[in-house]
Amino acid sequence: MFNASLSRYIWEHTRRQQLWILAIVALSMIPYYMAFSLPKTIVNGPIQGDGFETADATQTFLRIALPLPGADVLVLFQGITLDRVHMLFALSGVFLLLVIVNGLFKFYINAYKGKLGERLLRRIRYALVDHVLRFPPATFKFLKSPEIASMIKDEVEPMGGFTGDAFVSPALLGGQALTALAFIFAQNLMLGGITAALIGAQILIIPRMRRRLLVLGRERQLTARQLSGRVGEIVESIGTIHANDTTNFERADISARLGRIFTIRYDIYQWKFLVKFINNFLASLAPFIFYSLGGYLALTGHLDIGQLVAVIGAYSNLPGPMKELIDWDQNRQDVEIKYQQVIGQFAVDNMIASDLHTARRTAEPLDTPLAAIGVRVMDDGGVVSLDHTDFTLEPGEALAAIGPAGSGSETFAELFARQVWPSSGRIVAGQSNILALPEAVTGRSISYAGGDAVLLSGSLLDNLTYGLRNSPPDPDGRAPSPSRRWQLQEARRSGNPDYDRDADWIDYDALDLTGPESLTRHLLEVLDCVDMTRDMQDLALNSTVSERDYPDLAGRIVAIRGQLRTELEQGGLAELIVPFAIEAYNTEATILENLLFGRLRPNSALLDPSERTAFFRRLLQQAGLYDRLCDAGVEIARNVIGLFADLPPDHPFFRQMTFMSPDDIPTYQALLLKFDKSGGVPTEQDRTMMVGLAFEYIEPRHRFGLLDTDLMAEIVAFRRFFHNAIPDHLRPVIEIYDAGRFTDSATLMDNILFGRVSQKYRDGADQVRSAILDLLQRQGVFAEVLTIGLGFDVGTGGRRLSAGQRQKVALARALVRPSDYYIFNRPLTALDNRSQDLVLTRVLSRLRNADRAPAVLWTLSNPQMARHFDRIAVFEAGKLVEVGTPTALEESNGIFSDMIAS
Amino acid sequence: MLLNDEVKMLRQVPIFAGMAAAKLRLLAYTSDRVAYRSGEVLFHQGDDGDAAYVILQGQADVMVTTPQGELRVAQVAENAMVGEIAILCDVARTATVRAVTPVEALRISKENFVKLLMDFPEMTLEIVRVLAARLSDTTATLSAELAAARHSANHSIH
Repeated sequence: MFNASLSRYIWEHTRRQQLWILAIVALSMIPYYMAFSLPKTIVNGPIQGDGFETADATQTFLRIALPLPGADVLVLFQGITLDRVHMLFALSGVFLLLVIVNGLFKFYINAYKGKLGERLLRRIRYALVDHVLRFPPATFKFLKSPEIASMIKDEVEPMGGFTGDAFVSPALLGGQALTALAFIFAQNLMLGGITAALIGAQILIIPRMRRRLLVLGRERQLTARQLSGRVGEIVESIGTIHANDTTNFERADISARLGRIFTIRYDIYQWKFLVKFINNFLASLAPFIFYSLGGYLALTGHLDIGQLVAVIGAYSNLPGPMKELIDWDQNRQDVEIKYQQVIGQFAVDNMIASDLHTARRTAEPLDTPLAAIGVRVMDDGGVVSLDHTDFTLEPGEALAAIGPAGSGSETFAELFARQVWPSSGRIVAGQSNILALPEAVTGRSISYAGGDAVLLSGSLLDNLTYGLRNSPPDPDGRAPSPSRRWQLQEARRSGNPDYDRDADWIDYDALDLTGPESLTRHLLEVLDCVDMTRDMQDLALNSTVSERDYPDLAGRIVAIRGQLRTELEQGGLAELIVPFAIEAYNTEATILENLLFGRLRPNSALLDPSERTAFFRRLLQQAGLYDRLCDAGVEIARNVIGLFADLPPDHPFFRQMTFMSPDDIPTYQALLLKFDKSGGVPTEQDRTMMVGLAFEYIEPRHRFGLLDTDLMAEIVAFRRFFHNAIPDHLRPVIEIYDAGRFTDSATLMDNILFGRVSQKYRDGADQVRSAILDLLQRQGVFAEVLTIGLGFDVGTGGRRLSAGQRQKVALARALVRPSDYYIFNRPLTALDNRSQDLVLTRVLSRLRNADRAPAVLWTLSNPQMARHFDRIAVFEAGKLVEVGTPTALEESNGIFSDMIAS
Repeated sequence: MLLNDEVKMLRQVPIFAGMAAAKLRLLAYTSDRVAYRSGEVLFHQGDDGDAAYVILQGQADVMVTTPQGELRVAQVAENAMVGEIAILCDVARTATVRAVTPVEALRISKENFVKLLMDFPEMTLEIVRVLAARLSDTTATLSAELAAARHSANHSIH
């Protein structure tokens, strides 16, 4: 895939383009040199009057004649006869034209070289990621992901830049240098010889001196890569670092690494400038010789002065190209080394053959048994995790693998799922080794879920359907859009695949589904099977959706509001919700919410926080509320500090503390002194802080007795004043509550409530929740609400879900796929035993009742659950020790019956 | 009802009587205010005990399930504390408490309650006193019952 050297790699993939650009460069030389000589013609001719000695003298312009063998010329164009002034304008016009032509050439060449470089860069990066996708599993034990990422992202970057210059630069610069040198030779053989010798010395010495720079450069690359690896490791293991109090050890390690990088870079600078000095010295040695030796020769009459001047003139054209040539060579070696470094890292033995990964829309099922034949799994250190095992997993059977952690039961499951490769022996499907079968077959016929439950960032829907995106859809026959066509063309030119990522990759026929709607039903069914329905409800009710995306749902939610209230009233539960009403203070909401009677849309870029504060403060001041709220804030601070100030900082009561954190207490104590007129005068900012405290106050919760009917009435009156005063540019930022309208920035739950749950009743929130779910169910919006739950963004690695939820989703992701074999490797360890048992029985019954019951291999953490299976395989110390039906094993008084008994 | 009123109510509860006002305020603030409609249950016999309750308003029955059915063993009203035994001895609830009128109560979580006991040993002493009183009550009742039972047993023999 990769050639041994970068130059060859570039040549192989861009040969034609390189030759083309070389031809263009050569062509561009013609106008380039013409533009050089034109100024002289203009100055000498029309301006100074050469050839225009008389007032009415004329010259021919644009006469084109080819010299023929012999003295004859072939005149192609007679030219136009022009007088002096016309000639001046004509020649100046040509000059302008040449400038434009040169500029266009330059533009074309640079753009072309850039395109060439970017294509090659894309090709290399793609090929590297392709390699990662084909690494055997064992490779990943030693890989640090940030190092790989930094190689693919940063280290190959200069190769793209080099591509355009790989062949054009040496040709061009070498040509220029040789021309100048030839001219010197033509003037004087000896001076030519001396110049050639000096250039030779430069060519010999400088690259040799730079070799050390290259070594240092490679070291710099390695250390920088290791640094990114270490930084990645710190981020990933931050919990462990804090738990062990090793932050300072990490600091020391980073400092040591940075020190090493500094030393290398410092060394590089020193060398770089030393080399530069010597190079400059060698380059200026030639003029020294021309002046001294050439001058001496001229004085003694051995050299014509005109010749000497010509040589010196010619030499001045030499150092430029020489320097650039040497720089080019330096750059070449640099990227060459980087290239070899990188491909060395990616050259791994036992890579998965690329034809096993060929995208295929359909794949034949695996209807043969899966058999382990003499498999043994041993790591590099010689630790055997599973010793010589023979076993056949029959189609359609449910097998439990049990054994304590490290007994080999997990490795057993991983082998069948190709998560680990056997070090000896093989896993076969019929006659073929599963590692030699196309991944389209094994990867679809065998579904796997492990306890690590790796989720990808994206929505729940993305994660659940991840296992269905196996191959790009067949082209639908429609002509692609011009921009898409260009994308495809470029992908092919860089050796990238032309799959359309944004197409719908899901093969609904293979799932026996009619389309996206039935897929949603299928997903919700599977989620229910893994006991995720309640979680889905919560996720959905806590999601925010915009009315624009779900106009129908939004309308129905608004309609449900009134119904919910009526039903709660009928059940005598009306007190559970305090609804929002424009003319009534909502005691269960904060003072701020009561003031706004609306919500700020999240991520409002339009809104500058300081502008918001200033605007709101002004309004409160105008309404005469500012001082009252400030007083309330002072009262809150006094109360909170009175309650908590004497407690030791780690006291559990602090958990009940709102308004401020324990660390803020001294700040507020100091503020209180100012407000009590004993420690200075409160500033505007101090007052704002106090008003900020008041904003959070909820009377039934905090019970400081700060709200009287008077203040509540004033706050309610403020609402209309505020709503009218919102300037136009802030209007889109604030959503005002309206019983007849959906609030985009509030959660679905809040939208249905249109009020606050009273905190008075201990189980109030639960009662309201079940009333809402019941209502949604009866209104037929339940499924749509759950669909919104599918849009929940699970966060990086699924971290916004709990560990148990992650495992359930990972299990569901496997169950969503139609497979012949399901391998579950302790998939539910984060759940309690009761839930594990519930999910396990549901999953088993779902799979057993399928049209064509698949085989299940389930590694259990609790042997009691093995009773649900057809057969049990018992592992101990890396060996398969017992196999049989649950009843047979229980009666045999073997290891399994011991496990059950204990 | 505001924090200050709650503090006044707590003061009426024997075991909190001796506590400084500031601490009572803290206790009130860190506890949840809960309300029950008549007929609702504060906690069931057999549940894990996770909190004690101080009745601020209303009345509640203390019921014990016996083989003969539910038996009312006491009625509690304002300023009474219920449910403290279960959180002190880590046993399941020994009785069910059900509101007979609308009840407002202060729910003191087990964690906060235990922390309070550790911070204020005099409270512990007060609790011991209350418990001892209850024990002697119960013993007295039991011996009376026993005597009565013997008496009736004797009667039936003769």
